[in-house]
Amino acid sequence: MRVAIIDYGSGNLRSATKAFERAVREAGLDAEIELTDKADSVATADRIVLPGVGAYADCRAGLDAVDGMQQAIEEVVDRHGRPFLGICVGMQLMSSRGLEKKTTNGFGWIKGDVIEMTPDDPSLKIPQIGWNTLTLARPHPLFEGIPTGLGGLHAYFVHSYHLAAEHADDLVATTDYGGPVTAFVANGNRAGSQFHPEKSQTLGLALISNFLRWKP
Amino acid sequence: MTLKARVIPCLDVKDGRVVKGVSFVDLIDAGDPVESAKAYDAAGADELCFLDITASSDNRDTIFDVVARTADHCFMPLTVGGGVRSIADIRKLLLAGADKVSINSAAVKNPDFVAEAADKFGNQCIVVSIDSKKVSKPGEEDRWEIFTHGGRQATGIDAVEFAEKMVARGAGELLLTSMDRDGQKSGYDIALTRTIADRVSVPVIASGGVGNLDHMVEGIRDGHATAVLAASIFHFGTYSVGEAKRYMAEHGIPMRLD
Repeated sequence: MRVAIIDYGSGNLRSATKAFERAVREAGLDAEIELTDKADSVATADRIVLPGVGAYADCRAGLDAVDGMQQAIEEVVDRHGRPFLGICVGMQLMSSRGLEKKTTNGFGWIKGDVIEMTPDDPSLKIPQIGWNTLTLARPHPLFEGIPTGLGGLHAYFVHSYHLAAEHADDLVATTDYGGPVTAFVANGNRAGSQFHPEKSQTLGLALISNFLRWKP
Repeated sequence: MTLKARVIPCLDVKDGRVVKGVSFVDLIDAGDPVESAKAYDAAGADELCFLDITASSDNRDTIFDVVARTADHCFMPLTVGGGVRSIADIRKLLLAGADKVSINSAAVKNPDFVAEAADKFGNQCIVVSIDSKKVSKPGEEDRWEIFTHGGRQATGIDAVEFAEKMVARGAGELLLTSMDRDGQKSGYDIALTRTIADRVSVPVIASGGVGNLDHMVEGIRDGHATAVLAASIFHFGTYSVGEAKRYMAEHGIPMRLD
């Protein structure tokens, strides 16, 4: 199995690569983790990971600047049905539109806009930076064996915007930050995490292992 | 409210080795930063901070190697600061494996650099590190001023106004160090921390002066910081990160204990 982590000049790619390599080792899986900026390599991969750090529009522009990458993602995810995991802004790009700084179109996989968080407690700081627990909206294979809820494991968040999913079915997990905030979405073979699995220690490694075994 | 307060060990790194100064002088070499990072990762630190205090430009690149080797072994969020002066510096640190970059003197010298960095990399990865000292006399209203060059050089800039300006420019977080308290083990400057934390919309990390675990509780509870940074108390084994987090939890602060 070959897992392609898409390199389009955004984010902490080294951490993501290392976390996936560690998950492969610990789970005893036979998988090759490839950090790649080549559309061909993405189009033929068995699993796709799209990281992303920064502003929505900048990430979108960065991705568009890689020759053939958008088409490669569509081919491998939409037509071949390979499992996809978006992380942070990589997850937000799965939305219809991002409204950060300006309006930017996303992939349209998860209906809804990426909007600024507005906690109902004014003392809460934006960005949300730190460790928070998750509430599952519905069971999902990527959360199998992962304790969630108030007494569950923590995930690491760094974000000011979140994806307001229009369809309840697309929402897998929320976190509480002055009201529910979208933490994880999924639709078919496409999953996306607002938090950083590659920084979320126990929870993160378990989720990555589940993704590597996922058969949507 | 389920977001937890963070405990952040900070390692001062010089020429690729860990040091810790008492009020920024009398440095004592205390080990390999990557080994320390691994130990803090295993101990449940919520984030890790490297402050590069390498003076010689010949050795400036040592920090990139330290960050890269740390990122290979640790899956905890990493903030790196010290000598960050250009967009290229930030990009190199992020590529090496840093999650956030802290900007100090360059922000004082050129506030627009913060705006440029936040535009390029997102507010969430730009931490502005503010070193300040109390300049008001006893009986006067509290006033703090920004100091640079390890606390030796006054700038005349009001710390609270500067903090607000940095947030307006796009800082996603403030690392607030009291140069009066740094290395003194007498506790954070709570008045300074609370004044700024209550004034800005972004998270504030309290720093400078931790001597015991009550100080960390006070930083969050009374200083209204969302994270507390400490160096020597962890570094020399006075307390473990786990002890600190359990103690804070016992004193009513929401902590991540998994």
